Amino acid sequence: MSEIRAGKIEGDHPAGQTTVPTAHRGGGLDGASVRARFPLLQPDGAGARIIYLDSAATAQRPDVVLEAVAKFYRTENANVHRGIYDLSRRATERYEGARAALARFIKAPDKEELVWTRGTTEAINLVAATWGQENLGPGDEILLTTLEHHSNIVPWQLLARRVAARIRYVDIDEEGRLRLEQYDELLSERTRIVALGHVSNALGTINPVAEVIERARQVGARVLVDGAQAAPHLPIDVQSLGCDFYAISGHKMCGPMGIGALWARRELLEEMPPYQGGGEMIETVLPDESTWAPVPHKFEAGTPNVAGAVGMAAAAAFLESLGRDQVRAHELDLVEYGMDRLDRVEGLRLFGPRDPADRIAVFSFSMEGIHPHDVATILDAENIAVRAGHHCTQPLMRRLAVPATTRASCYVYNTREDLDRLVEGLDRARQIFS
Amino acid sequence: MIDRSTPALGDLFQDIILEHYKRPRNQGVPEKSTVHVHMNNPTCGDEVHLYLLVADGVVRDVGFEGEGCSISQASISMMTQLLKDQPVEQGLELAERFKEMMRGDADAARDKGLRDARALAGVSRFPTRVKCALLGWDAFEKAVEEAGQGSDAER
Repeated sequence: MSEIRAGKIEGDHPAGQTTVPTAHRGGGLDGASVRARFPLLQPDGAGARIIYLDSAATAQRPDVVLEAVAKFYRTENANVHRGIYDLSRRATERYEGARAALARFIKAPDKEELVWTRGTTEAINLVAATWGQENLGPGDEILLTTLEHHSNIVPWQLLARRVAARIRYVDIDEEGRLRLEQYDELLSERTRIVALGHVSNALGTINPVAEVIERARQVGARVLVDGAQAAPHLPIDVQSLGCDFYAISGHKMCGPMGIGALWARRELLEEMPPYQGGGEMIETVLPDESTWAPVPHKFEAGTPNVAGAVGMAAAAAFLESLGRDQVRAHELDLVEYGMDRLDRVEGLRLFGPRDPADRIAVFSFSMEGIHPHDVATILDAENIAVRAGHHCTQPLMRRLAVPATTRASCYVYNTREDLDRLVEGLDRARQIFS
Repeated sequence: MIDRSTPALGDLFQDIILEHYKRPRNQGVPEKSTVHVHMNNPTCGDEVHLYLLVADGVVRDVGFEGEGCSISQASISMMTQLLKDQPVEQGLELAERFKEMMRGDADAARDKGLRDARALAGVSRFPTRVKCALLGWDAFEKAVEEAGQGSDAER
């Protein structure tokens, strides 16, 4: 595995761009140098490179992640927690070492509070199916928000139907921020759990989760935070947030697909029944009953995605080598620059908060007279990849009264130049549809 | 390596397509209809409500309400032009012909019977957009099927 290089810490930008003074400390990263670490983002033989603006759907992977996964399969592959032989011991060490690395990444106090899952979706399903099934009954309330991704809605709907619980939604204001005064009205002793995204995948809104959690505590409700869009972009500290459950996905933060994690407080994990049955999660199996392995293995039935875990830990190390604060500073620069450029595109309506401090570098917009799919097709012809659609947030689209939006989402490898190219592509779309 | 063999946008966004998109033909709910179907494309949210007045096996009137991209809405508009005053059987043959064109059949793309809809031939080179062009025709086929199941009463 090649050495993980530290991110270049400077405030300059590609030639030809005006450098505006940045208020944030550190100045961020040099997106072009970071991009050099991502094989898929390199120019092809003709010198053309993809302008990848769909990282909210999935990020690209840096060399170190690809190498970590390949190295595991080439030199360390064996099943874990089973073999007496040395190779299996080493695979187990790598797997458990990755768990410890991810626990540190979100500042979890204990690595055994981190359960590997296939991703955020499975993590939320796990909580709804186990903790939810045990702790909710008729008339109990599940509080969600209008901003949620379908993966933080549908598992709760499945649970609500089984236990006759009720789902309620905290609405948003015109800028896509949670209406906290309405949240206060909805919170009651009937609220058993509040489940919300740390950051909205569709609008990029950073929710005031610490405040939401504190208020939920006052009525004795548990809080699950969907961290899929936050972990890649913001420093995360589950202890200072004070939540009960925190879910993340590897592929949104430069790691492999098919791996993610659920963090939960140990006392909750101890009480929760298993999610799936199988090998790995048991202690003793008798013909008619079994006993469970200790936490977190109780929730990890079957052969786990060990290479995925190793790759996700490599991704976490990569982001830490760039500096989590530097990543945020870099993206804040892109937020400010992108909002300024997009605001000046005629007929463009940009959704989400106006204060850059309240958002990550996700730009969701509509263009007058041009459907998002047409915008995306025209941008694709310029080799610019954006997402067009409902972003798995149909309730939010209905709330915004739009069928779909076009979404350009940035990450560590994007630059101001990428946003310039986006704006040029949008001008072209306007010409075609004029 | 990125495949940049994407065909020219001009093939896709032809003037006649944009013209149908901006000024759709037969938009709205007809005074009388015998069948109404709603279809949507869940992955992108394109949708259409299609209304047909069918009598003696002939499409006497047709109207639609829709929401979606230029390709889906222009295709529906062009389709309604083709269906009006045509026998249902003829409409189904056109639907088949249109699908052949979407699969890249050059003969179908030259078929004068498809009139304005021939402008959509280029969509076949944009695989992610073919489903947009087919939405209206799928709705028509579903409408014929439903009409055949005895929902002839005027609404």
